[in-house]
Amino acid sequence: MLSTYRYPKYEYVPPPELKGGIVRHPVVIVGAGPVGLAAAIELAQSGVPVVLLDDDDTVSIGSRGVCYAKRALEVLDRIGIGDACVSKGVSWNVGRTFFRDEEVYNFNLLPQPDHKRPGMINLQQYYLEEFGINRARELPNVDLRFMNKVVSVNAEGKFAKIMVETPDGPYTIEADWLIVADGARSSIRRMMNLEIEGKIFMDRFLIADVVMKADFPAERWFWFDPPFHPGQSVLLHRQADNVYRIDFQLGWQADPEEEKKPENVIPRIKAMLGDDREFELEWVSVYTFQCRRMQQFRHGRVLFVGDAAHQVSPFGARGANSGIQDTDNLCWKLKLVLDGKAPDSLLDTYSEERVFAADENILNSTRSTDFITPKSKTSLTFRNAVLALARDHAFARALVNSGRLSVPSFLTGSSLNTPDTAEFTGDMLPGAPMDDAPVREKVANRWLLDYVGNRFVALVYVADPAAVDPAQVAVFKGLAEEPVPVEVILVSPKAGAAPEGLHALEDYAGRFAERYDAKFGTAYLIRPDQHVAGRWRAFDAGRVRAALARATGNA
Amino acid sequence: MPLNLKPNFAEPGKRYFRAYTPGDDFYEALIETHRDLSDEQSAMVNAKLVLLLANHIGDMSVLREAMKLAREGV
Ligand SMILES: Cc1cc2nc3c(=O)[nH]c(=O)nc-3n(C[C@H](O)[C@H](O)[C@H](O)COP(=O)(O)OP(=O)(O)OC[C@H]3O[C@@H](n4cnc5c(N)ncnc54)[C@H](O)[C@@H]3O)c2cc1C
Repeated sequence: MLSTYRYPKYEYVPPPELKGGIVRHPVVIVGAGPVGLAAAIELAQSGVPVVLLDDDDTVSIGSRGVCYAKRALEVLDRIGIGDACVSKGVSWNVGRTFFRDEEVYNFNLLPQPDHKRPGMINLQQYYLEEFGINRARELPNVDLRFMNKVVSVNAEGKFAKIMVETPDGPYTIEADWLIVADGARSSIRRMMNLEIEGKIFMDRFLIADVVMKADFPAERWFWFDPPFHPGQSVLLHRQADNVYRIDFQLGWQADPEEEKKPENVIPRIKAMLGDDREFELEWVSVYTFQCRRMQQFRHGRVLFVGDAAHQVSPFGARGANSGIQDTDNLCWKLKLVLDGKAPDSLLDTYSEERVFAADENILNSTRSTDFITPKSKTSLTFRNAVLALARDHAFARALVNSGRLSVPSFLTGSSLNTPDTAEFTGDMLPGAPMDDAPVREKVANRWLLDYVGNRFVALVYVADPAAVDPAQVAVFKGLAEEPVPVEVILVSPKAGAAPEGLHALEDYAGRFAERYDAKFGTAYLIRPDQHVAGRWRAFDAGRVRAALARATGNA
Repeated sequence: MPLNLKPNFAEPGKRYFRAYTPGDDFYEALIETHRDLSDEQSAMVNAKLVLLLANHIGDMSVLREAMKLAREGV
């Protein structure tokens, strides 16, 4: 059906285990969707060899994920596919909401200037996966196996025993750690008799991908009760290749098979476009949605990530976006555990932190869904009253909920944080996901987030990098020699030669000082996933070490 | 004080990282108040809610302005 995209077909290679012998791998990942791929790449980049099993030989079929948020893009940057996604995708920040035939509200996802990445890009999920597969195949320590379907898992003991079916028959492999990224209908979850609880929304949505030439701006447009689709909602997104994605709310009574027929879909689209514009239908499907999660994401040696662990309705674009953050949270912890530098209880904090994030995602997606599809006459009256007031009154605009789009969680309650002992203003408190800032090194303009991540970093704000006392420099460098190294990076309002062996970033726009409430001496300890672990008004190696021990479960 | 039409929801002691959160907290609680009620029961709850809040506000000029705005366009 698709005319703009050709699905790649990846080659199945008979795995060596078919010849006999059981090999134990440090990490096996099931599922090469966006989340399993992200996990495989991140672990491989950090030096951990991974086996990645997928039951298929191509990318995600049809129209699924569209919107990838700033935070996910920052993770994709670190796994080497941020540029590919952003240059292929459509970047946007503004969303407009219409009630009947009037615009009542708009939002800007990135009200602050000076961030490397936009609030959101729109990109068909198959591209995201294709870029991920290309990247994974560049890495010699990713063993990516297509047409390898996991059919049973036994993880009672100190490792997981995994049975895999291939076109050439079954084989068994073992893994010290098994990462389960096999999607919303996770068969491994079922094999292990684990529950996932939540609720289904009693509504159906028609999803159509349409190819057309249109000069619609790169914005998200959402209609409540529009004249062309009365009583329901409609959502429009522009994706790559002039493909537009349109979501029509249908109501619970709709017959999915009937609705999918082109003779029923095309008039809906024509009514919406309202002119004789030519378009081609690329894809149509009908979905119902649910919000649910597992109780815990860690079960001994088995770690659940992405849709296998939690599912949300799509109105916040929080599905793949949150799954990619799951693996970003998990991979550095798993690497430390594999290297014997952290106790395996550190992996419980993966579950704690990402369960917290999943609850936030479920809460926000549920609220959006409830606003978009009111469940009772009274809810509908309130909803329409909000929309009626929104045109004129700011307070009502703030209540309009056509989707609270994916943002990272502030892990302020995490046991890995070191609480503040001094006063700070702003939002970069322990547990916060880092704000970006433009910085300059020597003469090159760069971004703060490109300097941190994948390892622990201490950012130290100084008056002049060239004037840092050599004894202090030695202390900074000492931290890089610890079992879990911490790289000190100097940030300064002043350009100046960095002490040998250290990076010095010039905060030339003053955004770092502003966003981090930095004063000379201020130090931040940053986790490998770019969350703040602790901060102080004066650098003290002992405190940094203590915070590091805490952040790695070694305290 | 004139009728406040700016976003004004907050829970004392609670820190918000996203501007929409306090309003969404309120809206959820409002819808929850009506859960499992018939339309008639909901109308009664709404009437009582208006009366309770009106008494809390007290200031007749604010109430008159709100009543006027609420009626507009209906
Ligand atoms: C209509 C719609 C719109 C959406 N919009 C967005 C959006 O805008 N933004 C967003 O972030 N998210 C969105 N999502 C959600 C997004 O598609 C999912 O969250 C995402 O695909 C989850 O990725 P995953 O890797 O966890 O699982 P999946 O993508 O489901 O991947 C699972 C993989 O595991 C493989 N697999 C399954 N079982 C086995 C097995 N036994 N052995 C081996 N391999 C196996 C499958 O073949 C598949 O490749 C949307 C979803 C839908 C349906």
